[in-house]
Amino acid sequence: MSTTPSPVPSTREAVIIGGNRIPFSRAGKKYVRTSNQDMFTAALEGLVARFGLQGERLGEVAGGAVLKHSKNFNLIRESVLGSSLAPTTPAYDVQQACATGLEAAIAVTNKIKLGQIESAIAGGTDTVSDAPIVVSDRLRAALLDANHAKTTGAKIKALLQVRPKDLAPATPGTGEPRTHLSMGEHQAVTTAKWGISREAQDEIAYNSHQNLARAWESGFFDDLVTPFKGLTRDDNMRPDTSLEKLAKLKPVFGTKLGETATMTAGNSTPLTDGASAVLFSSREWAEERDLPILAKFVDAETAAVDFVHGHEGLLMAPAAAVPRLLARNGLTLEDIDFFEIHEAFASTVLTTLAAWEDEEYCRTELGLDGAFGKIDRSKLNVNGSSLAAGHPFAATGGRIIATAAKLVAAKAAETGRPARALISVCAAGGLGAVAVVESV
Amino acid sequence: MADQSAPSDKYTVAVNRGFTKTIAKKLGLPRPAILRRYAPDAPLTVGPVLVVSDDASAGDADALAKALLAWDVDVRRSAEGAGDVRWGGVVLVGTSAESPEAVSEAVLTLGSTLRRLAGNGRVVVVSRAPGAGDSPAVAATRAGFEGFTRSVGKELRAGATANGVQLTGGAAVDSTSALGTLRFFLSAKSAYVDGQVLPVGPSDTLEDVDWKQPLAGKVAVVTGAARGIGAAIARTLARDGAKVVVVDVPAAGESLAAVANEIKGTAVQLDVTAADAGTKILEATRHLGGIDILVHNAGILRDKLLANMKPAQWDAVIAVNLASQLRINEQLLTAGVEGLHIVSLASTSGIAGNKGQTNYAYSKSGVIGHTAATAPLVAQLGGTANAVAPGFIETEMTRSIPFATREVGRRIIPSLQQGGLPIDVAEAIAFLSSPVAHGVNGQVLRVCGQSMLGK
Repeated sequence: MSTTPSPVPSTREAVIIGGNRIPFSRAGKKYVRTSNQDMFTAALEGLVARFGLQGERLGEVAGGAVLKHSKNFNLIRESVLGSSLAPTTPAYDVQQACATGLEAAIAVTNKIKLGQIESAIAGGTDTVSDAPIVVSDRLRAALLDANHAKTTGAKIKALLQVRPKDLAPATPGTGEPRTHLSMGEHQAVTTAKWGISREAQDEIAYNSHQNLARAWESGFFDDLVTPFKGLTRDDNMRPDTSLEKLAKLKPVFGTKLGETATMTAGNSTPLTDGASAVLFSSREWAEERDLPILAKFVDAETAAVDFVHGHEGLLMAPAAAVPRLLARNGLTLEDIDFFEIHEAFASTVLTTLAAWEDEEYCRTELGLDGAFGKIDRSKLNVNGSSLAAGHPFAATGGRIIATAAKLVAAKAAETGRPARALISVCAAGGLGAVAVVESV
Repeated sequence: MADQSAPSDKYTVAVNRGFTKTIAKKLGLPRPAILRRYAPDAPLTVGPVLVVSDDASAGDADALAKALLAWDVDVRRSAEGAGDVRWGGVVLVGTSAESPEAVSEAVLTLGSTLRRLAGNGRVVVVSRAPGAGDSPAVAATRAGFEGFTRSVGKELRAGATANGVQLTGGAAVDSTSALGTLRFFLSAKSAYVDGQVLPVGPSDTLEDVDWKQPLAGKVAVVTGAARGIGAAIARTLARDGAKVVVVDVPAAGESLAAVANEIKGTAVQLDVTAADAGTKILEATRHLGGIDILVHNAGILRDKLLANMKPAQWDAVIAVNLASQLRINEQLLTAGVEGLHIVSLASTSGIAGNKGQTNYAYSKSGVIGHTAATAPLVAQLGGTANAVAPGFIETEMTRSIPFATREVGRRIIPSLQQGGLPIDVAEAIAFLSSPVAHGVNGQVLRVCGQSMLGK
């Protein structure tokens, strides 16, 4: 096992000072009629209060939302303007499906490393409870035609194209535009291909709830979460769930694949509302203000897979991204103390791990000499992940980065040697973003 | 920032304005005054200040008059020829009197001015504490001022108050803390402090005190700061120039963050009963340059008759209101924090006792006990430890008290015939945490409108 820090990059370091999120809430519960802007502003306000950033002009704030109305074109900038940060803090929106939060962090830390900015906040927010409702394509076309028409007659003619069924709104969904399959159905195919058992998936879900509940009880989130709208903890968390209870749930995905379906509401993430934000800076900026440095954001990698033609599973991109990232930094799986693998589905974690253990797959798909390796399961999502906390798409990256930074800081303080966390987030569109966070 | 000084009690507003004022007058209803509260640019007192003394204390009276002049107060040394002036304050100096007979003229002069004392006017009695070496006559002369001051407080009307500065340990009458305490009692900051005699010991002399920002450059920690009195304390310390770290339980984090952002402070979500709470507080202030002021405000109620008290109800109150303060103080003292000003929230219930509050009263009485014992320990490191005991304060908590009980608490028991506001408690705490109050140590200052409840 390597005990030396990663190779010194040619640029300067970007450090993680801390994070803040609001408790995550299942769609339709506590945050009904709470907008993305309200939630992200709340996440920012908690972060500002934690580190005394009132009136501070930061280098920039980057983030986004996956389900976003066009009126929120400047969602993050508008949130900054509604916060206690200086109104002279620039901001921009980012969107990379479930990897939005992590991608925003990659973007701002790169700017810090290049010396373009000294400080930044990255994060994200998502609400299903306040999701924009979209009209049907036929109705939209008719309305646009009528708007462009020059004469009253032409306007009436355009509107006459509308049929009663066109008036039904298009329900917001997470279906893939090219395959028209939901994410769950995509993952069901991958799960079946890798022969992941129902029991193994339920165990991941059970551990997630147990670990998250233990972390809450121990006060781990006292300086990572600020209550919002009367909610003080993630309300999807089920500390009292058991493997027996999980085993009783009916499968919801992959029921038409011809094999025994294994993916249930218990081992898949629920639709969730929430927001998160993480404060990054140069080492100098943090030291000048005597702010705590939890960890450094070492490096990151994104990948994409060809899922459209069925060559690879929709959510398998991180399997390719991680080996490239670790190789670039001279690291192996053995050098990692904490694996933070986003639980889109329990089986996403398991298919990723199975792929890394498969010699054939690693040779042909990842171009490695042999199997990438097997991870120590006791290092996996030790304080819970998305199955228990819930998954407000763009907010998940920020949740994981702050958790990982705190974990490595505590581990390094305890052992006196560097500690590392690997973060892996899969995303719609066959995308994946991964990163390494290391103690300072 | 929210207006913290507006009366929240509708009765007080009604009997002081318009048609309802006329009716209340005719019916002879109690008419509590609208108390004058601190505003940065308002004069210190509502009118000229008269300084009277017995013959032996004339030198001290002159020294005080000189100090008052330096604060731009219209000071008079004699009431003669003052015409129809409405006095903003009358200061009675009896520091050097050696026999009860010697003070009668000065006391009666004070009496002759009371009918011309303005609304929200002030009477301050400056005396020396009786001590072990005093002759019986000197001890009697000095002790007499205590009962005298409290009685004057009960005779005053229209928001006027009477308080005492009691010099101890040979403190000079114009020492920094004696003057600072006199100023506090004369000012609108002591609106709800009435009938109190505060012992003031020797203090370092501070030049050029910035009275608008007495806490400039200081770092303060306020526990239980998410709402109510704690939030008012945080706002007031910030107003006076301190950098404030607000602390409350994680579940109160949303309002805590709002308070922090309002006052440009830092929010720390921390349960004060945690074993390492003191260490966490030290860590949280490190980036601000260390801690200067600690306000133990966090407190809970679990009212129950003792016969029905469950262990959880007793233990929770003791853990939050008392044991946490002991542990945090110990951790800060062990860390060797220098010049630390500790102010703890006691309560008049802790002094007088209250049915259904044996647990609360034990905890608050305990606070008074540990404050006295902590004072000499922090003094070795250049600090102070004091307590503030609020009476009936208008908060979300007291709004839930049944109407009749609430009215008794507000109108009948205190001389000022009304409840105080959170800002009144906050002002007393800001005063005790400031460098000018350095000579006040191990004391309990009541902010109760001269409530009859007490020892």
